[in-house]
Amino acid sequence: MDRIAGIINLDHEQDVLDELTYFRCSAAVPFAGRYRMIDFTISNMSNSRIESIAVFARRKYRSLMDHLEQGKAWDLDRKRGGLFILPPDWNDPTDISKGDLQHFHNNIDFITRTFADYVVVSGTQNICNINFRDVLEEHKASGADVTVVYKKVEELYPEHRRAHKLTIDDGGRVTDIHNDQRSNNVYMDMYILEKNYLYGMIEDCIAHGCSQFFLDGIKARLPEIHIHAYEYEGAHALINSVESYYRHSSSLLNGANHEDLFKEEAPIFTKVKNEPPTKYSQESKVTNTLVANGCVIEGQVEDSILFRGVKVAKGAVIKNSIIMQRCEIDSNAILENVILDKDCRISNSRTLIGVPEKPYVVAKRVSM
Amino acid sequence: MKKECVAMLLAGGQGTRLKSLTKQIAKPAVYFGGKYRIIDFPLSNCTNSGIDTVGVLTQYEPLILNSYIGIGSDWDLDRKYGGVSVLPPYVQSEEGGGWYTGTANAIYRNIKFLNQYNPDHVLVLSGDHIYKMDYSDMLDYHKASGADATISVIEVPWDEASRFGLMNTNESGVITEFEEKPENPKSNLASMGVYIFRWDVLKRYLIDDADQEHSSHDFGKDIIPAMLGDYKKMMAYTFDGYWKDVGTVASLWEANMDLLKEKPELELNDYSWRIYSKSPNQPPQYISHEANVQNALINEGCRIHGTVDHSVIFYGVHVQEGSVIQDSVVMPEVKIGKDVTINRAIIAAGSVIEDGAVIGDPSPDSDITLVADEDSVLAKSYLEQIIK
Repeated sequence: MDRIAGIINLDHEQDVLDELTYFRCSAAVPFAGRYRMIDFTISNMSNSRIESIAVFARRKYRSLMDHLEQGKAWDLDRKRGGLFILPPDWNDPTDISKGDLQHFHNNIDFITRTFADYVVVSGTQNICNINFRDVLEEHKASGADVTVVYKKVEELYPEHRRAHKLTIDDGGRVTDIHNDQRSNNVYMDMYILEKNYLYGMIEDCIAHGCSQFFLDGIKARLPEIHIHAYEYEGAHALINSVESYYRHSSSLLNGANHEDLFKEEAPIFTKVKNEPPTKYSQESKVTNTLVANGCVIEGQVEDSILFRGVKVAKGAVIKNSIIMQRCEIDSNAILENVILDKDCRISNSRTLIGVPEKPYVVAKRVSM
Repeated sequence: MKKECVAMLLAGGQGTRLKSLTKQIAKPAVYFGGKYRIIDFPLSNCTNSGIDTVGVLTQYEPLILNSYIGIGSDWDLDRKYGGVSVLPPYVQSEEGGGWYTGTANAIYRNIKFLNQYNPDHVLVLSGDHIYKMDYSDMLDYHKASGADATISVIEVPWDEASRFGLMNTNESGVITEFEEKPENPKSNLASMGVYIFRWDVLKRYLIDDADQEHSSHDFGKDIIPAMLGDYKKMMAYTFDGYWKDVGTVASLWEANMDLLKEKPELELNDYSWRIYSKSPNQPPQYISHEANVQNALINEGCRIHGTVDHSVIFYGVHVQEGSVIQDSVVMPEVKIGKDVTINRAIIAAGSVIEDGAVIGDPSPDSDITLVADEDSVLAKSYLEQIIK
């Protein structure tokens, strides 16, 4: 079996989720009741038997490191390979690299030392359940230098504006990479290539003063190199704004989307918190809601997502909201179209109401 | 390297009164509380009490138990020195070996295991009970009193006392007499099956007992009476928390129902005394538009479209539209079809309940119905092993 190594490149992911990314990078933003965004990328890699994974982190990675630990939750606490979190601490005075190529250059040992033949490079903002082995098969069959992953989206939303789009010929070869707002071939910020090819490209990019591996190394060379497009057909959510975060979170309440993302044969793993089952009281009234473990619900909750350990007191009403870990909602409080970050406390009878298009976001550990 | 106290957990019991729930698994592996297996309680108690060396004595149907315990990581018992060791019966070069013939025999046959740690004290536990207990407090009491053995006891109602092994004590807590299920109890202090012995003393009694041809090699029947007969100092340590023997279908059901009280005596949502278990790694539970959930414990991976009232639902359970579950315990990965009615029942793991089924008797004094589709249980448990 071919060996694949993984690189999770967070360098170009902007912290654009307002309050949710004040103190953490977007890869570490909680999502879907018990996960962080990066769990999907790591689980996809781990489920594809990628056993050596590097995370290129640059900013706000304290929360990320706390979450990932030694990678045990993803079965990545290994003697051969494993998980490597690589923040920007490098001190080579002769280093002339720039942009995310700094990461590739300064962590080149990860690439040269790995036993892998191929490398998958991925961001974390495209939530999906993908098997990289399938991508590799298609990559090999196509004979391409690089294979990029894309999703043909049914409807274009504002979050797709910032994503790159692909023009693809009948043979699946990429003929153009652009930002055309009318195109629905959304590039998912994932590609696979041979390790030695990656190594050569990195050297070449740095020698020519490039700063972004994908833009300057791959996109700019489109005329010279063979780029193949792999179409991913499963559940997909591109999250790069509070609005897209909120809309895609809510869409998980739709059973079909949920089943596409959480597959029994390819589970999404996350750090285990050892919470007990959730307790519903005699007075609780919960409908159309995702609830994680360790919650105690005595009030009313509808069309919402509750993370682990949330307490909802008697008489409290929560609608269309996302309530993160360990928040406490006191009696008779009313929350509608709200996102509460972790550890918030909403006291008796307070009312917080956002609008569906723009939910009201409360930063971590706020009491009101 | 020396360990002050090593725990020995007796987990070889069959638990025949749990009927088909223990047909293929040892009693300590039986499910409890929406997420746990019985053995999670003593193992978590050990970790939370600072006891990091635990021998688990297995014998009956050990497959699930062995793979569940693994190297003990889920209870933080994967240690460089100590940690958890599964100790099955084995063949010995001269004696020949064979099955463990009793609880004392099981410890006797593992004297070598205990000697590795040269412990001062040995904590003997059983894998049959649900309780949260700080063994370090009991150890402190045992050390302070200078006892050769300390037995943890709990006050039980007088009218039930004759079902238990009872300790008669004097005012200072010294045990004067031990009676196994007496007709006319003189005490209501029941043994919890939690013992701490001085290892040098216990070792001597185990070796002596091994030579007794007519001994049943049992702690309650042989070792404790022999020590009492020799006037060894034996103390009763009174525990006043929640403790429940879940040895029968009815008591297992009842202990699950106890968790649903508004202020349960056994609080599982307790950061200071977590009960650890193996995580099934499933997505959050989904409570649908049509669902009606009250007074329930529900775990991850569930999809509830029906009514759940006063019930405990383990992970991965699906309940379809129109179904009503009341006063019941539904174990992992059970799939319940449409318009099913379940009352006062325990549904074993992996069961598939077809549309329109009616299970159990709602009248308050009726017996608890146990549904265990053996084939599906086997298939699912096997599958579980592969996935995890």
